[in-house]
Amino acid sequence: MSTMNMIEAINSGLDNMMERDENVVIMGEDAGYFGGVFRATAGLQEKYGKTRCFDTPISECGIIGAAVGMGAYGLRPVPEIQFADYIYPGMDQLISEAARLRYRSAGEFIAPMTVRSPFGGGIFGGQTHSQSPEAMFTHVSGLKTVIPSTPYDAKGLLIASIEDNDPVLFFEPKRIYNGPFTGYYDKPVEPWSKFDEAQVPDDYYRVELGKANIVRPGTEVTVLAYGTMVHVAKAVVEEHNIDAEVIDLRTLVPLDIETIEESVKKTGRCMIVHEATRTSGFGAELSALVQERCFYHLEAPIERVTGFDTPYPHSLEWAYFPGPVRIGEALEKIVKGLKS
Amino acid sequence: MADDKKSNLPPLSLHVPEPKFRPGDEVDYSNIEIQKAGAQPRPDVSTKPDEMSDLAYDLIRVLDDDHKAVGPWDPKLDDDTLLRMLRTMAQVRAFDDRLHRQQRQGKTSFYMKCTGEEATSVAAAMALDAEDMCFPSYRQQGILFARGYPMVDMVNQIFSNKEDKLKGRQLPIMYSSTRLNFFTVSGNLTTQYPQAVGWAMASASKGDNRIAAVWCGEGSTAEGDFHAAMTFATVYNAPVIMNIINNQWAISSFSGFAGAERTTFAARGVGYGIASLRVDGNDPLAVYAATQWAAERARTNQGPTVIEHFTYRADAHSTSDDPSSYRSAQEREEWPLGDPIMRLKRHLIERGVWSVEQQEEMDKECVEAVKEAVKEAAKNGILGHGLHQPFETMFEDVFEDMPWHLREQADQADKERAIKWPDTEASKS
Repeated sequence: MSTMNMIEAINSGLDNMMERDENVVIMGEDAGYFGGVFRATAGLQEKYGKTRCFDTPISECGIIGAAVGMGAYGLRPVPEIQFADYIYPGMDQLISEAARLRYRSAGEFIAPMTVRSPFGGGIFGGQTHSQSPEAMFTHVSGLKTVIPSTPYDAKGLLIASIEDNDPVLFFEPKRIYNGPFTGYYDKPVEPWSKFDEAQVPDDYYRVELGKANIVRPGTEVTVLAYGTMVHVAKAVVEEHNIDAEVIDLRTLVPLDIETIEESVKKTGRCMIVHEATRTSGFGAELSALVQERCFYHLEAPIERVTGFDTPYPHSLEWAYFPGPVRIGEALEKIVKGLKS
Repeated sequence: MADDKKSNLPPLSLHVPEPKFRPGDEVDYSNIEIQKAGAQPRPDVSTKPDEMSDLAYDLIRVLDDDHKAVGPWDPKLDDDTLLRMLRTMAQVRAFDDRLHRQQRQGKTSFYMKCTGEEATSVAAAMALDAEDMCFPSYRQQGILFARGYPMVDMVNQIFSNKEDKLKGRQLPIMYSSTRLNFFTVSGNLTTQYPQAVGWAMASASKGDNRIAAVWCGEGSTAEGDFHAAMTFATVYNAPVIMNIINNQWAISSFSGFAGAERTTFAARGVGYGIASLRVDGNDPLAVYAATQWAAERARTNQGPTVIEHFTYRADAHSTSDDPSSYRSAQEREEWPLGDPIMRLKRHLIERGVWSVEQQEEMDKECVEAVKEAVKEAAKNGILGHGLHQPFETMFEDVFEDMPWHLREQADQADKERAIKWPDTEASKS
């Protein structure tokens, strides 16, 4: 057991998997000798050699396409896309190829790859280093989408993703690489070392895909969140002194519908929080599912708190971010029926 | 608009390529330079790409006008191998003709022939090892014939029937065979290019001795995937053969829309520092020799090769288009490089090991073999007549394990089945 921030936990998970399975290979822009711009692959080339952890040309299409071919050969590639905002040139290879390989070949060929990519804002990354494109992938049949919110989960979910025989998008909320975030951008960041979730086993362990985590039990309202927003939502709930049940979804596809359903039926209220843009965001899917399955238990309309439908702005980042004010207002509305 | 007073230059004009011949036009191919067979040098496989770039603008040819195999690229194949090559190509053509007609008769939705291009997959596949991995485009059925895939399995796939190994999920001719190292055909264009390079990189990183070969059309060299693959191939010196089938037409768009007015397609490789050959794609011996050369190069860790196969798509793109509405019918007749089957036939006759009568007999046998395969496959059902797959199969293989939301949707599909097709067995169960 060691104290790890999220980057260290991810690095440790990669290390364990490279040690256990010689078919695990890592590649990405700056991911080799340098160890990645966020240091997630630091030391791995030195330890496992250049043919197992290497730099790539700046071509996301090439990275994902090559990973499909490597998977067909029998490797288990873990490509890194430096920022989720850069993933779009690789979309055809992900959507038309990796996601459908098993289906179209009736199981003859599979794409057992895990695409790691830092995502989300709150780091003054501007429009090209802040996006949350998860809904573009949850809309695609054949892809799994995983988003951790703690160092412990990050390592366990990453290992489960790498071992999974389907293609997995593993989005890492880069705002919380070093410590959880309450949404108050003007307060100093508290490092992960102060929190229990930073106690991470050095050895192999799995956190199963498709299992949500109730991070705060409660009775008044169910809050569905993932990634950075789990921490923001939890902080706002406590600040407003509302007995909310905060659920960290951890995996969007496959989704832990049982935990969601059970919670909403108990609380009678549901609020969904994500940083991504609102229209056709994953919140829309969650809202529809809750309405379809829990309608007769609902005591208030479902609330969605999201980023705005604009590109992620640079200087007005904190006006864009769905922080304590936007979440707090929605909470008051859904619990106390207050008009906004 | 810029102020025209500032310049005495004529205004800019946009060039939109236009093919030389349209429907009804007299075809004159005198503009196409046909190099003399046997005149192209065959460099050692260890030659550096920049020392052999002339070959990207030349045309490697082995069979001359007298049907003799000449020059340094003659692969000097024995009679049996050549006869097998001839029979395989003839079988492909007979299959294409028959299955095309099956589509016209309403037995399936779609078909694609490779008429005139048989050599570019049959001869290429024969020059590879059976263990080498092929990443085909949709017109490389010849690889499956060369590797011995049963025709009845192909027809089952084309009919999407109950014996279709792909469970009726794929458009006809989008085959897949792990057993024969034939990657699942996509339908999206040139996505297989970076995949083949990735496979080759994996093989090299494991110290294997297998190489990869990939095919695309000249039209889809315009896709980003093609260029990503070229970059990866040259950066990692991947053991891969990258075939570009320049059959002059991408549905109704002539090769000029992929850049053919400016340079050759083999020249794409030169810019990436990749060994590049331009080959007479209707000369089976030249195709074989070029592939053999590139395979040896790849297998000895000397990296990738681009091969442009200069050929002609003698028939429609697919059953969904009519070429007489966009190109001159004379093009096929006048094509200066002839037909690959005819050329090999004449070569074998010239060698004294074959005759017109034997050819006619063989053609009959090929037709009979296809008829038999179609008859056998039809017993397993044809598309649109009955439900050939259990509904569950629609939801299987999306993921390794079926998640709850697909399970729910599968139940819904099954309920609908009982209403829509009350007489089927599955509905009763």
